[in-house]
Amino acid sequence: MNSTALPQAGSGPLLDVRALRKVYAGRGRSVEAVRDLTFSVGAGELVCVVGPSGAGKTTLLKCIAGLLPPTSGELVLEGAPVQGPPPGMAVVFQEYGRSLFPWMTVQQNVELPLKQKKSLDKARRRQLVRDALAAVGLADVPDAYPWQLSGGMQQRVALARAVAYEPHILLMDEPFAAVDAQTRADLEDLVRSLWQRLGVTILFVTHDIDEAVYLGQRVLVLSASPTLVLDDVAIDLPAERDQLGTRSSARFGELRAKVFGQIQRAKGARPTDPAPPTDPALPADPEHADSDPADSPADVPPPRQSTDAGSR
Amino acid sequence: MLSAPAATNGTKAVVSVRSETDSQQVAKRPAASSPGGGRRIGSALGRAAWWTAAVFGLPFGLLALWWVLSADSETFYLPPLSEILASFDDVWLHSDRLAADVLPSLLRLAAGFLLAVVVGVGLGVLIGSFRRVRAFCEPVLEFLRAIPPPVLVPVLMLFAGFGNTMKVLVVLSGCVWPILLNTVEGVRAVDEVLTETCRCYGIRGPARLWHLVVRSASPQIVTGLRQALSVGIILMVISEMFAANNGLGYTIIQFQRTFAVTDMWTGILLLGLLGFLLAMLLRLFERSALHWYFGLRQSQRDDGQR
Repeated sequence: MNSTALPQAGSGPLLDVRALRKVYAGRGRSVEAVRDLTFSVGAGELVCVVGPSGAGKTTLLKCIAGLLPPTSGELVLEGAPVQGPPPGMAVVFQEYGRSLFPWMTVQQNVELPLKQKKSLDKARRRQLVRDALAAVGLADVPDAYPWQLSGGMQQRVALARAVAYEPHILLMDEPFAAVDAQTRADLEDLVRSLWQRLGVTILFVTHDIDEAVYLGQRVLVLSASPTLVLDDVAIDLPAERDQLGTRSSARFGELRAKVFGQIQRAKGARPTDPAPPTDPALPADPEHADSDPADSPADVPPPRQSTDAGSR
Repeated sequence: MLSAPAATNGTKAVVSVRSETDSQQVAKRPAASSPGGGRRIGSALGRAAWWTAAVFGLPFGLLALWWVLSADSETFYLPPLSEILASFDDVWLHSDRLAADVLPSLLRLAAGFLLAVVVGVGLGVLIGSFRRVRAFCEPVLEFLRAIPPPVLVPVLMLFAGFGNTMKVLVVLSGCVWPILLNTVEGVRAVDEVLTETCRCYGIRGPARLWHLVVRSASPQIVTGLRQALSVGIILMVISEMFAANNGLGYTIIQFQRTFAVTDMWTGILLLGLLGFLLAMLLRLFERSALHWYFGLRQSQRDDGQR
């Protein structure tokens, strides 16, 4: 807001969102989608943003991506204010069917953004495409068209395109909301493994609490629109996560309950008028925070899915 | 979705290409030496026979009807089809008319049509991309489109004389509208998510124009091309009927004026045949340029049924 001293590249946070506000001005009526968002994301972090549906999550993400100008507030990425889509950023959209070029093969889709980078020669470009496709498990379908693939595989292509672009920050807008539950579990693990391998910063927007807790190092809980940051939950689960073990651990259940309680609160009340705390039925008690995961599996809400998840 | 179970196994199960695509690929090479190939060849032959019947059945039926009905015709203006076909050879193949008349006509048509593609797609992309330009141009476009192009022939004669330039301009003036208007519609309908994808990945300038805008609009552009082709053939003939010393339209008019009615009918037949061949050519182009579109539509239909 008042800070003109930008953080030094490398020392400060990679992404800084300060007092972001976005009002859509319509004819005679304006809608305040985002009221006041302030948070930052450090380099190499995996931060999940979760909020009730219609919470302005997509608006937030589009502002960060430079696709929408904010009404007020500041967006600083790598020390530079965001004024248009920044070069070191890749985005994976929810609508995989509409974000891939249907007239291009998988390989051409991944390669097209790289062709805009003048510094890459053809051999290097091809190498990046091959590596990215291999990283998402699609090495053997470079010549297929997106519409020949299932939804989960199309989203893998979109992910490969983002990875090949070698971004510093990867924005994901509910990327797995439209794929089935089992494919989704695989894609979640894929995101975590890519993140660990590449060291890229990821901002992952979702409406799914389980997904947010499972994936993130931090979970930002947003209120209903007009949006505020309600809570910033640190996820202290072990770095090595797996669908079966992690999701059935006691700690996972607690964190999930904590976020769930916040979301319920957000849905129940306007952000300007905070409601009384958490639903008593949920074990949202902070005293449980240090309990051993193996102790009380019976207290834990059942994991969202378990079939096929341990196969990796 | 059909391949969802395959995708659950993640990296290993990339047997992705959907089954209908498999069957399409099989259909393209029916003689594949696989077990059960005999039956496949049989069904492919059946399909080919059905296709042939569907394509040629009605034309040959109509020709046969014409043949029978005109067989005893005594009317000077309606000679029997047998006579027309008998003189077709002499009039067109055993003379220099293919080189002297048909070829110039086709070249003028091609020039006018291709110029119309360049102008129509170029202006269409410009007008479709910017709302303000569209609002500015729309009334004028509607007015110009409403003028029947044959009316322009006398006007264009004043400016461009009687030569090829005038005829190419006449063809251009008629062909450009369907291409232009369809391109505008296609460009307006470019998907928003794809547009944002291009912005995020720094795809702009000529790359964006080609890979996003033109390719997105290509189904509509091809629709425009098809409409423009039929308009173009009509205008090619009309322009040659006004003032020319060669060309198909000129020749047909000459036959008519010299009461060579049978020869005139052969010209009309040839014109129809040419139109048919050109439409087929365009169809071939459409098949290769828009194969992704047909595949996409097919897969969307299949998803809808599931």
